[in-house]
Amino acid sequence: MALSLDESAVVRDGSPALPSAAALELRAVEKRYPGQRRPALAALSLLVPAGEVCVLVGPSGSGKTTAMRLINRMIPLSGGDILIGGRSILDSTPTELRRQIGYVIQQVGLFPHHTVRQNIATVPRLLGWERRRIDARVDELLELVGLDHDELGRRYPSQLSGGQQQRVGVARALAADPPLLLMDEPFGAIDPINRTRLQDEFLRLQERVRKTVVFVTHDIDEAIKMGDRIAVLREGGHLAQFATPAELLSSPADQFVADFVGADRALKRLGLVRLADVELDPPDQWPQPDERLPLDTTAREALARMLSAGGAPLGVADEHGSVVGIVTIALIGRLFSRVEDGRPPESRRGPPPEPNR
Amino acid sequence: MNHVLLASAAPIIPKSLLGNPDSYACERANRLFCWGWLSRNWGSVLWPALRQHVVITLIAVGLGFAIASSLAVLAHRYRRVEQPVVVVTTIFYTIPALALFEILVAVPGFGLSLTTAETALVSYTLLIIFRNTLTGLREVPADVREAAAGMGMSRWQVLARVELPLALPAIIAGVRIATVSTIALATIAALIVNEGLGVPILTAISESTFKTELIAAGVLAVALAVAADALLVGLQRLMTPWARAT
Ligand SMILES: Nc1ncnc2c1ncn2[C@@H]1O[C@H](COP(=O)(O)OP(=O)(O)O)[C@@H](O)[C@H]1O
Ligand SMILES: [Mg+2]
Repeated sequence: MALSLDESAVVRDGSPALPSAAALELRAVEKRYPGQRRPALAALSLLVPAGEVCVLVGPSGSGKTTAMRLINRMIPLSGGDILIGGRSILDSTPTELRRQIGYVIQQVGLFPHHTVRQNIATVPRLLGWERRRIDARVDELLELVGLDHDELGRRYPSQLSGGQQQRVGVARALAADPPLLLMDEPFGAIDPINRTRLQDEFLRLQERVRKTVVFVTHDIDEAIKMGDRIAVLREGGHLAQFATPAELLSSPADQFVADFVGADRALKRLGLVRLADVELDPPDQWPQPDERLPLDTTAREALARMLSAGGAPLGVADEHGSVVGIVTIALIGRLFSRVEDGRPPESRRGPPPEPNR
Repeated sequence: MNHVLLASAAPIIPKSLLGNPDSYACERANRLFCWGWLSRNWGSVLWPALRQHVVITLIAVGLGFAIASSLAVLAHRYRRVEQPVVVVTTIFYTIPALALFEILVAVPGFGLSLTTAETALVSYTLLIIFRNTLTGLREVPADVREAAAGMGMSRWQVLARVELPLALPAIIAGVRIATVSTIALATIAALIVNEGLGVPILTAISESTFKTELIAAGVLAVALAVAADALLVGLQRLMTPWARAT
């Protein structure tokens, strides 16, 4: 991922074009709320490269929301500094800064008196874009989040489902193409099925927009799924571990992290491995199985499917439907022990494929 | 007070001066309500009184709204403003209207003037508009406010673009109550200034028998209140299309 802090950024509308993503650095960040004895965050340092998703995960009260609200200056820093694209957040006024940072919150916070289109246009309007440019951008975003049908743009938020509202929230946050996106438990209030859909959609969307994202959740599974890197926070805002999902699962830094990721962490690691990245048994070695899995199935899913099929091997088919290999429980078992050894069966987690329409 | 003379003198004025003698049959019989009087005095008595009444009400509610909503915005931002405003406006609200008129008339510079009447009427609107506006502003959901600020709206932008529009139903509800009660109260203002629907009412009260103008003016005041309320309801529907979307 090329760092897009482009020096030669062209000037449009009298303001320098924003880079599409910017690195985020927290330097010994400290937050002490007035009247509180213990700091909510103590000396938190993090470096998130441009274009990556950094998940802040931890139990309730561990300071995740605090960290997020410090970044866009919703609350003042008590110590340390935060840099976006190398520039301190203290160099701009809070309102200037916030217009350059996308912000998505759990309760969404859509404006009930504005239509979907007006909601999405909020920041461009604050920035004084001209009308035609705003309209074009809103069209683009409605398409990006899959709401470009049924005149959804003219509805009011109360006329949308929870999932649709959150999509509008994401579109609104992306409206002015900010280099940084903050998401505080964005899918926390959504039912599990729609939650999975929204997660998948967001990963696909992130493939396209490649923003630097800080994503807060208290759900370790969501953290593993969404994060390029995960920061595990502990009570009192202490950073317990900052690592990739695979590292976190294979070598938790301490007992707290091990407990937090759960006893089934090896199983969870299987969830990071896709069959496409595994050396499968050749198709001719087994009789043709009835059931076929797509190549992007995770090893964890494949295991579950085999178990529910009575332990029989399953075929793995490419996008054309031809069987390219066979997955067996023994094969997953070998993978599993490697996972347990801590040797990463490396795979670059891509977003899930487009659903069939 | 031309119309008062005319009305009270009607029964003894010679027929030859006033045309059709039967027009006064009703008045002579001291009936409760005389259509004839109504049609003869609409243009000279009731219509001007109604117009004056509308103007008096508009001024009172307009000023009251300007003052009370500004105070509410202030109290929304600075909590300590609320308490003193509530105390003062509650006192205004609970002083009996007649007493307040008497007190104000005695104040140098006020006297028997429109200023006195309007001051009293405005002071009655303050509490209800202040309370409703403040409640409306405070009931804006916290997440909406958080999102507005988080996207880079200044405090005034949050107020003007988000909080005030969302408080509109509560604000208009307050204005409706204030308007209707001002229309009722403004009839008493006739004690101070010779204007509004209170004038024919007071005239009728001071006369022992003839009550048509009291009834006509009273009905007009009620009709005015109903019409004003309906107008405000319509205004609210127009201004808050989102509130009806489901
Ligand atoms: N506005 C506030 N005033 C005082 N204390 C606060 C405030 N917001 C959060 N805290 C405290 O800071 C700590 C971290 O809170 P928070 O960042 O909301 O945690 P999380 O988002 O991880 O659940 C908690 O102990 C919480 O009680
Ligand atoms: Mg939180």
